[in-house]
Amino acid sequence: MSPRSKKIRKVFSPPPIKGFKPYGPDTDLSKVGKVSLLIEEYEVLRLCDYDMYNHHEASQIMNISRPTYTRIYASARRKLAKAFVEGLQITIEGGKVYFDSDWYNCHACGCSFNNPEKEKPIEECPLCGSNAISKYSDEQNEDMPINDCRDDFCVCIKCGFEKRHRLGSPCKDEICPNCQSVMSRKRRSKSKI
Amino acid sequence: MKIAITSTGNSTDSIIDQRFGRCSYFVIYDTESKSTEFIPNPNKEAEEGAGPASVQLVATRNVNKIVSGEFGIKIKSLIDSLKIQMIVIKEPTKRIKDIIEMLHH
Repeated sequence: MSPRSKKIRKVFSPPPIKGFKPYGPDTDLSKVGKVSLLIEEYEVLRLCDYDMYNHHEASQIMNISRPTYTRIYASARRKLAKAFVEGLQITIEGGKVYFDSDWYNCHACGCSFNNPEKEKPIEECPLCGSNAISKYSDEQNEDMPINDCRDDFCVCIKCGFEKRHRLGSPCKDEICPNCQSVMSRKRRSKSKI
Repeated sequence: MKIAITSTGNSTDSIIDQRFGRCSYFVIYDTESKSTEFIPNPNKEAEEGAGPASVQLVATRNVNKIVSGEFGIKIKSLIDSLKIQMIVIKEPTKRIKDIIEMLHH
C-alpha cells in the first residue's frame, strides 16, 4: 500500500535568498557539501522563531496539523545544526508547498480579490473603490473543522462545574474545586479528534 | 495601470467569461489612456495547461490586475508569485463596459 500523500503546506511568501555559504579563510567552497533546507522548513523557522508564533497557531497558518508542524520544525533544526557543525552550505529549495495570499470580499459589489503586495494592507475594493471589505479567511475558518480547543471547557463529572480549558494540560489532571473529583473535556469547537 | 478582463466576445458589450484559462477573449484595459485591446485566447481549445499559458500571455502585457469569474488551482500560486492581483466576480451577466466603469469608481 502506498503511504498517505503529504498535505500541501501553505507558505506566506518565498524566502528572500536561495541559501547560505560558509565563511572563513580555510573554506574552499568547491569542496564544501550542501544541506538542502526545504521551503516548508524555512517557513516553520520563520513562523516559530522569527514571528514568535507557538506551534499550535503556526500549524493553523500553514494549514497542517500540529504534530506535522513539530516534525518539520525538528527536521529544520537538525539540518541547520548539521550545516553549522560541519560547516556546510545551505540551499533553500523544494518541498511540497504553495504560496498563498490573503483573500478579501467586497460587500458593495460582491467581488472577491487577493492582496499581492503582502506588505501593504488593502483599504478599498480594487474594482468599485468601496471600503466595505472584509477578510475572506475569517469566514472560511468558521466552516473549516480546525483543531481549535481554545474555546473548550473542562467540566466536572459529578457536580457539573465548568471552567475554561487550559491549553496543554489534560482535563483529567484538573480537579474540581467544589467536590474534588476528576474533570473531563467539554467541546465547544466543531473539531473531532 | 493595465487590467486584464476575460470576455466572451470582442466588444465592450459582451459579458465576462467565467473561466480564466479557456476564455474566448482577453480585454487589456489601460486606465491611463482608457484604451481597450481585445486578444483572442489561443489556448481556448487546449487539452491541458490552458491556465499557465494564459497567465504567460497576460503577463507579457504587464497587467497589474486580472478580472475573471474563476481561477484554477494551477495558476493561483503562479499569479501570486507574479504579484498580479486577482479579482473574482461571481456575476455571470456583468458586461465588460460595466466592469470598466466600476474600475474608475
